[in-house]
Amino acid sequence: MDQVNKKPFSWKGFFLQWEWMLILLFLVVNVINTNLSPFYLDSVGLRDATMTFLDKAFMVFPMVMIMILRDIDISVSSTVALASVVMAHLYTLGVPMELAVVICLAVGAVCGLINGLLIVRFKELSAVIVTLSTMIIYRGIAYIILEDQSAGSFPEWFGFLGWGYIGGVPFILIAFVVMAVLFGLLLHKTTFGRRIYAIGNNPTASRFSGVQVDKIKILVFTLAGVMAAITALFLTSRMGSTRPNVALGYELDVIAMVVLGGISTAGGKGKMIGAIIAVFLIGFLRYGLGLINMPAQVLMIIIGLLLIVAVMVPNLKPKKKAKGKPPKSQDEQIAG
Amino acid sequence: MVANNEQKGTLIENIAKFREVGLLGFIIILSVVIQWRNSSFLTLENINDMITNTAILSILAVGMMLVIITRGIDLSIGATLALSGMIAALTVGAFPNLSPILAILLGTLVGLVSGLILGAIISKGGVLPIIATLGMMYIFRGLTFMVSGGQWVSAHQMPESFKGIATGSFLGINNLILIAVLIYVAFYYFINHTRTGRQIYAVGSNPDSAKISGINHDKIIWLVYTIMGGLSGLAGVLWVSKFASAQGDTASGYELTVIAACVLGGVNIAGGSGKISGIILGSVLIGIMNNALPLINVSPFWQTGIQGSIILIAVVLNALVKRGVDMNALMRRRI
Repeated sequence: MDQVNKKPFSWKGFFLQWEWMLILLFLVVNVINTNLSPFYLDSVGLRDATMTFLDKAFMVFPMVMIMILRDIDISVSSTVALASVVMAHLYTLGVPMELAVVICLAVGAVCGLINGLLIVRFKELSAVIVTLSTMIIYRGIAYIILEDQSAGSFPEWFGFLGWGYIGGVPFILIAFVVMAVLFGLLLHKTTFGRRIYAIGNNPTASRFSGVQVDKIKILVFTLAGVMAAITALFLTSRMGSTRPNVALGYELDVIAMVVLGGISTAGGKGKMIGAIIAVFLIGFLRYGLGLINMPAQVLMIIIGLLLIVAVMVPNLKPKKKAKGKPPKSQDEQIAG
Repeated sequence: MVANNEQKGTLIENIAKFREVGLLGFIIILSVVIQWRNSSFLTLENINDMITNTAILSILAVGMMLVIITRGIDLSIGATLALSGMIAALTVGAFPNLSPILAILLGTLVGLVSGLILGAIISKGGVLPIIATLGMMYIFRGLTFMVSGGQWVSAHQMPESFKGIATGSFLGINNLILIAVLIYVAFYYFINHTRTGRQIYAVGSNPDSAKISGINHDKIIWLVYTIMGGLSGLAGVLWVSKFASAQGDTASGYELTVIAACVLGGVNIAGGSGKISGIILGSVLIGIMNNALPLINVSPFWQTGIQGSIILIAVVLNALVKRGVDMNALMRRRI
C-alpha cells in the first residue's frame, strides 16, 4: 500500500492536470480582458458580474455527477422554466411566497425524479432521448400554464436572492461557494461520490459489486432537478418576473462548463473543482467581451469552439501517451 | 402455457412487423376524428397544404434517420438550415438574376461543408455526437447572425424566381413535394440496394462486428453527418423560399420536430433500424398534428407539450415492443 501511495505523486503529473490548464486559461482570459477594456479590473464591477452568470452555475454541480455517470441531462433549462413559472403563477393566484418557493423546489425535484425513473426503467433508451423529450414536455407545460403572459411583482424579500449583499459580498456568490463546498465534499469525500465514479467507470461491475446503480442514478437526476429549481429561484428573483421562455439554451452553457471543466464524456473521470473554474472562466470571458461590446453571437461561436476543443484535446492525447504508460500499469497490477 | 406464450409472442411480433400499418391505421383514425370535428380538414386544398408543409420536415427526417441508425444524433440541423438559407438568401438578394437551381446548389454546398466539418469532429475527433452537434449548433447560429449582421432578409429583397422554388409546380405537383419524393426514391435505393447503404445499418446495429468485418467505421459516420448537412442545406433554401424570409433564428428548435418524426416513424433510437416508409408516415403524422390542432381549436400553447408527450410515448412504446420481440426470440430458442 505504501508503495502505491508513493509512486503516483510527481510534480510533473500534478501540474499537468487539466485543472491547472484551466487556471492558466482563466489568467489568460483576465489578462486579455484587462488589456481590452480599462474598466475590466474593477472590484465592484467584477463582483457584480458574478451575479449575472452564477445563477445557471448551480446546475453545474449535479451535471458533473451526471456526466461522470456517463449520462447527460438536457432538460435542466426546461425544468428551470417550469419551476419558475409554477412559482410565479401560484404567487399571482394568492399562494404565499414562502409556500410558492417550496413548491418551486418540489416541482424541480419531481421533474428530475421523472427523468431518473424513465432512464432507469427504460435502459434501452439513452439519457439523451429521454431528457430531450422531457425537455420539450416541461417547456410545453410552462407554456400551457402561462401562455404568452409573464408573471411577477414578487414581495421585496424575494429580490434579495438575486440582488442582495451580505457584508458587501453578493448573496448568490456566498450561496454558490457553500453549494460548491457541499457538492465537492459529496462527490470526493463520501461513499456516495465514490460510487458515482465506480458506476461511470464500469456500470456492470458496480452492479455486481453491490452498488445500487439505479438508486444512485435516480438520486442524482432528482438532485439535478432541485438545483435547476434553485437556479429558477435566483433567476426569477434577479429578473423580477418570469415567462415560459426563460432560461432557453441554458443546458448548453451548463454542459459547456462541465465539459470544459475536464469531465470526460466517456464517464468516470473529472473533478468538481475543474467545473467550478470553468464557470468563472466562461463567466468572466462573457463579462469582458460584453464590456467591449462584442456581439453575443461571437461569444456563442467562442463557447461552441471551446466545447468541441475541450472534448477533442483529451481524445487526441492517448495515442502519444500510450508509449509511456506500460510501466505504470505494471506497477498497478503488482499493487493490485 | 407454451402455446399461450407463443401466441402472445406472435402478437407482439406482428405489432413490430406491421408497425407501419399500425401507424397508418392511427393516422386514418386521427384524420376521421379531426374530419368529424372540422369538415374543412379533408379538403383537397388543405391536404395539398399539409403535404407541402411536411415536405421540408420529411427531407430532414431522411438525413436524421441515417444519423440515428448509426447511434448518433444531430442537434445542429436547425442551425445548419438557417445558415445555408441565409447565405442563399443574401446571394440571391445581391444577384437577383441568379438561377434558382444555382441557389439550391449553393445552399446544399454550404450544408455539405457544415456536415463535413461536423462529421470530421465526430468521427476523427472522437467527440460524442450530442456534444459535437451542440457545439456546432452554437457556432452555426453565431455564424448566421454574423453573416447577416443581425438583419433579416425579407420577401421584397428576394427575386420572384427564388420564391418560385417553393410556390411553383411541375405537372401540377408542387416543387417541394417533387423534391421530397425524389429524395425518398434516391435514398430508398441508397440504403437498401447499395453496399455503403447497408454498411450504415451494419455500423449502427453492431459497431464492433462492423469494424471486424472490415467496414470503415469512421468513414461511414463521417458520410452520414455529411449527408445530413447536405440535406439541411437543401432544406434551408427551400425553407427560406417557402416562407420568403431568412432570419438569424430560422428553424430554431426544429431539430426536435425532425427527431420526433423519426422516432414516431419507428426509427430505433438505439441504432440499427429504421425504414424510409416509416419516416414518411412519421412526418405525415407530425404534419397532420401541426395542421389539425389549430383546426379543432387546440390552443397553440398546448402544441409543444403535446409534441413532447408524443415523442416520449413513441420511444417508450418502441422500447416495450422491442423488449417483447427479444423476449419472444429467447422463448423460442428455449423451446
